[in-house]
Amino acid sequence: MNSNPSRRKFLTGAIALTPIGVVAAGSSAEAPADLRDSAPAPAHPALADYRPTFFTPAEWEFINAACARLIPVDEYGPGAVEIGVPQYIDRQMGTPWADGAIWYMQGPFFDASPEFGYQSPLTPKQQYRLGIKAIDGLCQERLKKPFAELTPAQQDDVLGRIEKGSLTSPDIPLRTFFSSFLLKNVVEGYFGDPMYGGNKDMAAWKMIGYPGVRADYLEWVGEAKPYPYGPVSIYGERG
Amino acid sequence: MATVAKPADVVIVGFGWTGAIMAIELAQAGLNVLALERGDDAATVPNWAYPKVVDEIAQSARNGLLQNLSKTTVTIRHSKNDRAAPYRQIGSFKPGTGVGGAGIHWSGVHSRVMPEELRLKSRVIERYGAGFIPDDMSLQDWGITYDELEPHFDRFEYVCGTSGQAGNIQGRKIEGGNPFEAPRSRGFPLPPLTSPPTSVLFAEATRDLGYHPYPLPAANASRSYTNPYGCQLGPCNFCGFCSDYGCINYSKASPQTTILPSLYRMPNFALRTNAHVLKVNTDSSGKQATGVTYVDAQGREVEQPATMVVLAAFHLHNVRLMLSSGIGEPYDPDTGKGTVGRNFCYQVLNSVNLFFDEKTYINQFMGSGGAGQAIEDFYADNFDHGPLGFIGGGVIWGRQTGNGPVRGIPLPSGSPTWGSGWKAAVKEYFLHTGRIESQTSNMAYRGCYLDLDPTYRDAYGTPLLRMTLNWQDNDMRVSEFFGGRLSEIGKAMGAKSMSGRVLKRGDNWDTRAYQSTHINGGTAMGADPKTSVVNKYLQSWDVPNLFVLGANVFAHGIGYNPTGLVGGLAYWVAANIRSTYLKDPGPMVRL
Repeated sequence: MNSNPSRRKFLTGAIALTPIGVVAAGSSAEAPADLRDSAPAPAHPALADYRPTFFTPAEWEFINAACARLIPVDEYGPGAVEIGVPQYIDRQMGTPWADGAIWYMQGPFFDASPEFGYQSPLTPKQQYRLGIKAIDGLCQERLKKPFAELTPAQQDDVLGRIEKGSLTSPDIPLRTFFSSFLLKNVVEGYFGDPMYGGNKDMAAWKMIGYPGVRADYLEWVGEAKPYPYGPVSIYGERG
Repeated sequence: MATVAKPADVVIVGFGWTGAIMAIELAQAGLNVLALERGDDAATVPNWAYPKVVDEIAQSARNGLLQNLSKTTVTIRHSKNDRAAPYRQIGSFKPGTGVGGAGIHWSGVHSRVMPEELRLKSRVIERYGAGFIPDDMSLQDWGITYDELEPHFDRFEYVCGTSGQAGNIQGRKIEGGNPFEAPRSRGFPLPPLTSPPTSVLFAEATRDLGYHPYPLPAANASRSYTNPYGCQLGPCNFCGFCSDYGCINYSKASPQTTILPSLYRMPNFALRTNAHVLKVNTDSSGKQATGVTYVDAQGREVEQPATMVVLAAFHLHNVRLMLSSGIGEPYDPDTGKGTVGRNFCYQVLNSVNLFFDEKTYINQFMGSGGAGQAIEDFYADNFDHGPLGFIGGGVIWGRQTGNGPVRGIPLPSGSPTWGSGWKAAVKEYFLHTGRIESQTSNMAYRGCYLDLDPTYRDAYGTPLLRMTLNWQDNDMRVSEFFGGRLSEIGKAMGAKSMSGRVLKRGDNWDTRAYQSTHINGGTAMGADPKTSVVNKYLQSWDVPNLFVLGANVFAHGIGYNPTGLVGGLAYWVAANIRSTYLKDPGPMVRL
């Protein structure tokens, strides 16, 4: 854990404010200085220490704000921001997948029927770069603020209309960005093993009663009753 | 210029199930055997050791054990007048990679084939008349009988340590097994797996409805087991990581758990990994294979001479190699002539999620790939198709294969996809959701075939295989009928609500969501060289020292999972090469 009290205080505050859309660290005057002065992130940084490698400050605000709406803090369980989903997404941007390296990416590209799947030359990195730019651009044009500075109700409206296909951009198919990248990756990070940066303390697994990688149920599988043990992660943490 | 490697008696292309079976059986016959595998080497330890492999992000979200499509893939279109689009991301089907192939990440459901499926055309005509067959359906017999294959199904089950309950031993019906089962020479090597909660409910409900549930045969060991090669399996612990994953417990049958430890001790066997085969070479007559040409890890072309060539890669690559090598006549959908690429089929999977109340614990995170109960009341020739007006059928099961939240938490229709509403739903349903499915046949049609794509190429400069396939009326009528049965069974199981995917007439093949890796046909087996690529010994009609294995030899898509048939056929071929071919190399079927 980070021992710098002022930074801890700041981050705790940011987390608490998440549900009402202020995270968005950048909207606080302290944040940019805090980001600039921070030491390089350790290999597996604690949530509070994480600094994005791929996303720019403005993109990072979008990612945090979108995570806070897609999986908010509520009475059901933890929110995506609080358990590290933005960190998960940023770290995924450093994997071969983010460059489209596990996909067939040779042309020619053309608009086939949706039944033939992803036919875009855009890599995940490009999807995020162009998708965030397009969404912030639309918000700026219509509401005079970037997405991260909208009210939660406005943010939900924007995301909902993108998902339904009624808010579109000439620059990138936003519906694909939303469903096949942003939302998909948020859910992955929320429910993935904590070693990837999200699901801190296996909180998302606890919420639904998933025992993680215990992977040993011979004595239980024949009985339709509650499983009594908490989750275990790949690094062996117990929750 | 290609360098020329030291000749082998047998070169095997691809080192998954069929490659491993052929390698050990032919090496035991004293032949010098070389297997070429384009992927990496892999073993239970370290590749699938706990806890590294039980990682939903690496394996399910990022397809860690599947073919890297950036190197090679296929293109797909619905009909011959469409433009084909590349299969850019893993979706509808999941080809494997590396040593063990798809035998690593499969589930383990281990079925055979029904006798009448191997002579389906004859049987349909006998029972319903020739007019029952739609004009565009390329229905044909397979040129082989169940009785010929039975000892080899048995052999493969005893190699795999398959868990199950016999329903018919040498014609004697056995209580508790599948009453429709074709006769088997003896029982399964291991008793059935424990039935998980979904399967218990399924068995009760289907019995009440008058159907005949039985424990699905599973190549997931229910007990410790030592197979005929001396390889040892440990009991499955229902870890919930089968499909997409390598087995942490040495319980799921794979080449690694059942064959390779024994094979690797044989001095007359060699394996080369990172060896991507480009083509089968033939002599100037075109009637004799001289070996293969492959690209090694450093990108160098190597010519590998061999006395006998065995294509044992996954379906897609076997068919592509036949086309790239110019062996046999490519199928022409306009004239109906030619055979390579003909009879390309898939399988139809309908999947229904059942949502129970909060007192009913399903615990979907527990499970095993092959664990479950099934009914075959509507399989193959087990029922009267006359009033239903379709050809084919399939199996319905209540399996519990194990599922985690990254793989997707099924929710009732209309549930929110994000926000607090979504959270409330995943929390409410995760422990109380089960799934039942139907898996049904896909017949061969004149307009469904494989050829080489004129536009797209792989990383080696070879044209991609092009699939032309769409769902046809007959098979969607089967699907609709099974959708009705699924709904009936789901209600009888006490589900509060259901959601899922049931294909119906007019639906197109959607290649995005996972359905089944059971693609088949393209180098059909048969008795007539005008409609088949290989004879009953899976020997090329054109090049007798070339054998072609895999589900690509199926003449149509059966309702069962194909691995049991693919493995049984491999043992059949190996036995006949040993008993007949080696004494007199040449065509094993003379017309």
